[in-house]
Amino acid sequence: MSWLDEPASETQIPHRSRLWLYVLAALVLTFLVVPTLIVVPMSFSGSQYLEFPPRQWSLRWYESYFASSSWMQATVTSFKAGALTSLVATPLGTMAAYGIFLSRSRWTVLLYVILITPIIVPVILVGIAVFYAYVRLSLVNTLIGIVLAHSMLAIPIVMLIVTSALKSFDMNQELVARSLGANRLKAFLSVTLPQIRFAVITSAILAFLTSFDEVIVAMFVSGGENSTLTRNMFTALRDQIDPTIASISTIMIVVSSLLLAVSQFFGRSRKD
Amino acid sequence: MAVSSSDVLIGQGRPNAAGLRRDQLFERWTLLALTAPALLLVLITMIIPVGWLFWLSFLADDGSLSLEHYRRMIEQPSYGRTFLITFEVSLLTTAICIMLGYPLAYVLSQLPRRIANLCMIAVLLPFWTSLLVRTYAWLVLLQRQGLINAWGINLGLWDEPLALVHNLNGTLIGMVHIMLPFLILPVYGNMRALDRDLLKAAANLGASPTRAFWLVFFPLTLPGLLAGTLIVFILCLGFYVTPAVLGGGKVIMVSNRIANDIELFFNWGAASALGVVLLILTLLFIALAARLVRLDRMLGGGPG
Repeated sequence: MSWLDEPASETQIPHRSRLWLYVLAALVLTFLVVPTLIVVPMSFSGSQYLEFPPRQWSLRWYESYFASSSWMQATVTSFKAGALTSLVATPLGTMAAYGIFLSRSRWTVLLYVILITPIIVPVILVGIAVFYAYVRLSLVNTLIGIVLAHSMLAIPIVMLIVTSALKSFDMNQELVARSLGANRLKAFLSVTLPQIRFAVITSAILAFLTSFDEVIVAMFVSGGENSTLTRNMFTALRDQIDPTIASISTIMIVVSSLLLAVSQFFGRSRKD
Repeated sequence: MAVSSSDVLIGQGRPNAAGLRRDQLFERWTLLALTAPALLLVLITMIIPVGWLFWLSFLADDGSLSLEHYRRMIEQPSYGRTFLITFEVSLLTTAICIMLGYPLAYVLSQLPRRIANLCMIAVLLPFWTSLLVRTYAWLVLLQRQGLINAWGINLGLWDEPLALVHNLNGTLIGMVHIMLPFLILPVYGNMRALDRDLLKAAANLGASPTRAFWLVFFPLTLPGLLAGTLIVFILCLGFYVTPAVLGGGKVIMVSNRIANDIELFFNWGAASALGVVLLILTLLFIALAARLVRLDRMLGGGPG
């Protein structure tokens, strides 16, 4: 009796009768992974067009990326915006999550809903609303404008992650610290924060990525010397397929993967 | 520094009642004050401007109060087409996601944990790569001289390059790729959690594998499937980037129309009215979802 005739699940169906299912599952997995990763080898193509597999390998598209002052400027802007967004959204979101989680006021539900709206409202509406406000506040095309808008988008994400960490944290520990003479801030910093730090680090990374990957709001409110990388990529994509974007995409995949690895590393050490 | 109420609750007489109440009030306001900076930011950069646009959508071009922008939406057939295509794209994307995602989640849920977790990385990988990068990848793969057409012709599957991008096909492929994880995650979680002994019982009682699946397994996975379906559909309604890049100007969803109104025509009133309708549609579906499934199952963050 071969493997094909063995029962595959509790329903006693043999593997043979559902080979199609395995093929479909493998195809869907391929569909999910391959298109993103195939850009990486293509970005090392030496010819005028993107090829797979490249007939000759070269770094010409990376050279054209690093040689372009506008791409470089956009890259710097994106990294700056991402880092600052992370610095603004993480403490703000953590504070809000902590305050809402602990207070038993009947306003907390309303507060929570208001703070979570940035991920509920369609991004295009957020985009034009921010644009409309920034024209009046003279914040269009400024770094601070991008950072504030992206922080607003990242706050709900930080809150969701930190709140779920607080739920599994035993608040009595903080009460103990305070009964021993620590004030609330000290109790939070020395007892609570160290124990939810993995959630805070993860949310800081996600806040960075939220800003780094954001297209629509950046399209409306970033420009000139404060254009973000994604904004420039998006504009370029609408015109023609510039192979330089393959090299930028590869770099963005590397950045995201590195951050994923960092957050996985922290996530794992929590379980040990 | 005031001492919090919970520290001194035991063994105190009445004289402290006023002090306790004061401390409790102080405590409550301190906690609420912690949300103030985030609240301020969200109010200034979003809630107030959105409210402003809401107001703007009821103003005619001469500044008087009117329903002109909404009336135009009903009278001009082009708006009807925009909404129709938005629903069409969202429904098709959701349907394809179910057909591809459910079987994959099913297979994954029966694999040993270790292997399944490895496969889940593949499912989650797209989550971690920029939406724009993935859209770009599809543009490269699907274009006329792209990889898919080159391979298809080399293998003799078709003769002429197929129009896979800059139309509805490309938009659907790109959106399904982005939305699949949102369907797979709740379905997979649901499937992992359910009691497999029920299937053994069904088989034991003489049900064929197909019967056991449709009568026992499938109905038990409906909550997860419903949650996934709704979240995919809701997120699809507001899509902008994918139709803009892969639709090549032929797939104009509500979001794209809003952007065009602003970028090309500077028509804030029309854009705001469309935005308000889109927001209300989204909220309606979220309310529907909230009635049908537990909302915390759906909240997992989202892309743009």
